[in-house]
Amino acid sequence: MLEDLKKISDLSSIENKKIFYQAFFKKENILQILNELKDNELFSFDQLIDITAIDYPSREKRFEMIYIFLSMKKNKRIILKTSINENESIDSIIQIFKASDWYERECYDLFGIKFNNHPDLRRIMTDYNFEGHPLRKDFPLTGHNEVRYDDVEKKVIYEPVKLAQEYRDFDYTSPWEGMPEGINDHNE
Amino acid sequence: MKEIEVNTTTINFGPQHPAAHGVLRLVVELDGEVVERAEPHIGLLHRGTEKLIEYKTYLQAVPYFDRLDYVSPMCQEHAFALATENLLKIEVPQRAQYIRVIFAEITRLLNHLLNIPAYAADIGAVTPFLWCFEEREKLLQFHEAVSGARFHAAYFRPGGVHQDMPEGMEEKLNEHFKTLPKFIDDLEDLLTNNRILRQRSVDIGVISKQEAIDWGCTGPVLRSAGVAWDLRRSQPYDAYDKVDFEVPIGKKGDCFDRYLVRIEEMRQSISIIQQCLTQIKSGEISVIDNKITPPKRSEMKQSMESLIHHFKLFTEGYRVPEGQTYNAVEAPKGEFGVFLASDGSSKPYRCKIRAPGFAHLQTLDFLSKGHLMADIAAILGSLDIVFGEIDR
Repeated sequence: MLEDLKKISDLSSIENKKIFYQAFFKKENILQILNELKDNELFSFDQLIDITAIDYPSREKRFEMIYIFLSMKKNKRIILKTSINENESIDSIIQIFKASDWYERECYDLFGIKFNNHPDLRRIMTDYNFEGHPLRKDFPLTGHNEVRYDDVEKKVIYEPVKLAQEYRDFDYTSPWEGMPEGINDHNE
Repeated sequence: MKEIEVNTTTINFGPQHPAAHGVLRLVVELDGEVVERAEPHIGLLHRGTEKLIEYKTYLQAVPYFDRLDYVSPMCQEHAFALATENLLKIEVPQRAQYIRVIFAEITRLLNHLLNIPAYAADIGAVTPFLWCFEEREKLLQFHEAVSGARFHAAYFRPGGVHQDMPEGMEEKLNEHFKTLPKFIDDLEDLLTNNRILRQRSVDIGVISKQEAIDWGCTGPVLRSAGVAWDLRRSQPYDAYDKVDFEVPIGKKGDCFDRYLVRIEEMRQSISIIQQCLTQIKSGEISVIDNKITPPKRSEMKQSMESLIHHFKLFTEGYRVPEGQTYNAVEAPKGEFGVFLASDGSSKPYRCKIRAPGFAHLQTLDFLSKGHLMADIAAILGSLDIVFGEIDR
């Protein structure tokens, strides 16, 4: 299948990673690539497994989008990746894979990535009226607001996070012979 | 302007409703008693597991997986352990592989022993609930014997399992799984030909082969639609390629088929466990590499190096080479996958959890359209929804 994948000109750096194939693409070509991968008998990647992203704040294009597909006929998986910047948007694939609805909503909610032509791009995981995108690396682990029930006002109120103790992040990184060089030489 | 008469009623189902299986808020649009639209509002149990894992070492991340789908904890640890091992490029010893398969199957039994009676309770039968909880308790004792905890086991760790099974455990398991098939027969006597159960579940929530694939359904939901797809068979991990089992499939893809598939899966699980118990040999239960698994307590009293390893493993943790992977297991509810990205440090850079229930709940609107309001409870029960994994 690797050879056939290489014939698709829009895919680049295709690799066979044993349990899955991995390939990169340009975000403009997403719809035609997925149509090809889904409908072509050689591939039939007809099940969408997951859509997610990784935030790399130091990169020029901040987010790496990850699309995972499964082909039951060929018993293969493929992971497609593309880079996208903070203020850019990517085409929704809901026309091709209807299961992408919630996955794209989740991506929008947690990363703030916008999907063109998505019929209902609302938050899904976080609270109603939530602000910010929690899985971005610059979002603090503690969040910004906390909720509690106020006995006087008789309702749930939102207020800025107050920590009784500062969040402690210990730095254990040391020149200890860690992975991967020293992995097997302690037996000698 | 022309006035249009609207006949639909919108009602709010949950988040506190016993048939909502946790904290599901469902906005249902009804025309009389017929469902026009059912829109799930999820996220009420969102705890930010994926974010938290980014701030924990790989070992510290394991217990979070117990708390996702809290009725089948070990299968989820399994996915995380496999993904980490894949990045570390290590293979766990034979015995550990068998122990993992045995406990993954016990977990599957635990899950189905909760789902089936909960489903039955949703549509009117209470007795199976009490029967199954007694059986679950017996199985949970095995969990407790190996890990010290009934639910949140943290037993499958990258590199193997935490500790070996206690002495005499194999005989006890053998003994127990001789009697369990009888219980499943009894359970079936109570349910399968029950008139009320059939009336409430046959032809309810039908999903076809193609639709199940399109909606990303996996596990019993996909198999009930007639697709013989099981990751234990098609992409075997650990010792699953050494055991023989059958993959039950349904014909129609309705609630009743999903129930039948789960019943048969329990029988297959018992057979898998019995085969593992005959094949398992003594040996190591985790990789002998103190850079990944901690040294034995007795060694730590003697060897300075072991002491250092122990200290470093439980403070800094082990570093995982840079790379990305996706590993999936056949969890009781479907394909549970972990997408792991490492930047070479001792903490995952990104850990995405693919929960089967997330895709299944998405189909609820499609499955319940045109059915009666009361059928929503049946469909929800048959999809095996647990919010720990959906909301993460």
